[in-house]
Amino acid sequence: MSHPKAASQFLKDQANSHWHDETLWMVREKRDIISKTIPEWEELRNLASQIKDNVLSNLDSYLEEFEANALKNGIQVHWAKDAHEHNQIVLGILQEKNCKAIVKSKSILTEECHLNPYLEKNGVEVVDTDLGERIVQFLQQPPSHIVMPAIHLKKRDISALFHEKLDTEKGNEDPSYLTNAARLHLREKFLGSKVAITGVNFGIAETGEFVVCTNEGNADMGVHLADVHIACMGIEKIIPRRKDLGAFLRLLARSATGQPITNYNSHFRSPAKGKEIHIVLVDNGRTLQLGREKFKNSLKCIRCGACMNTCPIYRRSGGYSYGSTVPGPIGSILSPGLDMEKYSTLPFASTLCGSCSDVCPVKINIHEQLYEWRQEITKNHGEASKSIAMKLASVIFKSPLAYQFSGAMMRKAVRNLPKGLIYNPLNAWGKNRDLPEAPKESFQEWYKKNRK
Amino acid sequence: MSSREDILNSIRGIQREKKPLPDLPDYRLGDDLVDLFTRAILANKGEVMNREEFEIWLSSSDFQQIVSIPESFQSYSTQELPEDPHQLDNLQLAILEAQFGVAENGAMWMDDSQLPHRVLPFITEHLVLVLSKQKLVDTMHQAYERIGDEHSGFGLFVAGPSKTADIEQSLVVGAHGAKSLRVVLI
Repeated sequence: MSHPKAASQFLKDQANSHWHDETLWMVREKRDIISKTIPEWEELRNLASQIKDNVLSNLDSYLEEFEANALKNGIQVHWAKDAHEHNQIVLGILQEKNCKAIVKSKSILTEECHLNPYLEKNGVEVVDTDLGERIVQFLQQPPSHIVMPAIHLKKRDISALFHEKLDTEKGNEDPSYLTNAARLHLREKFLGSKVAITGVNFGIAETGEFVVCTNEGNADMGVHLADVHIACMGIEKIIPRRKDLGAFLRLLARSATGQPITNYNSHFRSPAKGKEIHIVLVDNGRTLQLGREKFKNSLKCIRCGACMNTCPIYRRSGGYSYGSTVPGPIGSILSPGLDMEKYSTLPFASTLCGSCSDVCPVKINIHEQLYEWRQEITKNHGEASKSIAMKLASVIFKSPLAYQFSGAMMRKAVRNLPKGLIYNPLNAWGKNRDLPEAPKESFQEWYKKNRK
Repeated sequence: MSSREDILNSIRGIQREKKPLPDLPDYRLGDDLVDLFTRAILANKGEVMNREEFEIWLSSSDFQQIVSIPESFQSYSTQELPEDPHQLDNLQLAILEAQFGVAENGAMWMDDSQLPHRVLPFITEHLVLVLSKQKLVDTMHQAYERIGDEHSGFGLFVAGPSKTADIEQSLVVGAHGAKSLRVVLI
């Protein structure tokens, strides 16, 4: 489904979509407030961006260094070219351990690889343990936001869901009560799992360790009680030095939720006695993206979600309207790299206002890449209705006389034309939008009168 | 060709301009670190107390199952540490020692030498961390400077109790891990 079609579904529930918009804006404001308490904030963004530039320019040697150190630390390292190979590797480890049920903390990579359905098809029960992820898993939905997976749902929905799945009191919508019910339910799963899967926030080449950040503590509850920890990591998650974490951990949570740091930041270097740690390093299109000069910077992303919270389109159209694992502005520059046909409408789901680039902690030029993807896509497809308008606009803008005349015409037209002519089905722009009140005169006319 | 070689060769085949690795400046706060640290912990929904306040709090509570590791706090333990960490499921209180704290965000560092079971600070219902006032650093930059190249199988920054806002963005303290965090500054 195209982005506009999917977005209009989301907008049908006006109260909910309004709440979604306001709530994410509130998270954006929290990010603004806390970032302003750090005088060196902009320098930190520059540094983080430069570190990631360095990583991308030396990715092969950093990966080899990371692997060598991880092996030295007693971690088993696997390499996966694509999603299927990643899933096979994970299943292989589970089968070797004779494991039929696992717990998994948040990992956007495993969503990207569709690991859950693959494991379930092969007889493995997968329990997502992040509260938001457990909620959407019960509903058989993917996360709608990479940091707040269930942000599209209201507490009445979750109350009804938990009543059905966890036998909570009917109609009890208290978030503390519902969270506690999930705590008790998931505690059983943590205690019973022999294998736990996590994502990776940062892999450090210098030490071969990797870092996982959560607020709930679910990643650690899973891995420390299990015998085997499988960490799934995209190859772009590498950073060179341990001390680089100083910059990235200062930026990550502040950008994501407006808190100074996540409450748990775990550094895994070697397995506890008698246990195993496996890392699966996954390409799945990343080396292709690295080879695209205009788009390779998208690989700097640290998955904070700030670009989603600030995006006027994401806030008003919801995560599912994108139909991609990573939604929002960053998703719209990553996804066309995976499948340009399927995700052809995503780079157009933007006003190009640039707010995403302004908040990005690693300074990815997201809005410029959106614009570049539009060029690539129109080269391949073309869009008839928009291109006629654009050709007309080009004629008008080239001639000062035509520009003045058409401006005067528009001001009259907007004031006087019947609404039906503007808001008709042929005019996609008129959906959910109102025209501004047209001024009586142009700026040029006003200037002539007032600044003689 | 193995996937490893395949991936590395794909990267090597890409023309890449060399980009230098920047040095990280030593950003500091330069203020009263105890005050900043205390405010950070409160903002993270934790509490800060001195030893006397801790004693009063502990005697007014009714914990039956306590594991306490720091040397001068060991008398509070009610039980031996089990060999199997699964048996910590009913643990009500864990008292652990943090190596140092970070004033800018309240994060406190522990590694395998403070954690006889890595799951201890997570599985316990309530967590108390003992931290020396002398061991506060300004920001995460000094924190990693301090950790240096020390080798531990596991290292952890804890900055608050387990929390979630996944239901309508309402903050709930006590998701899967410890329902409360108290820092005893000594």
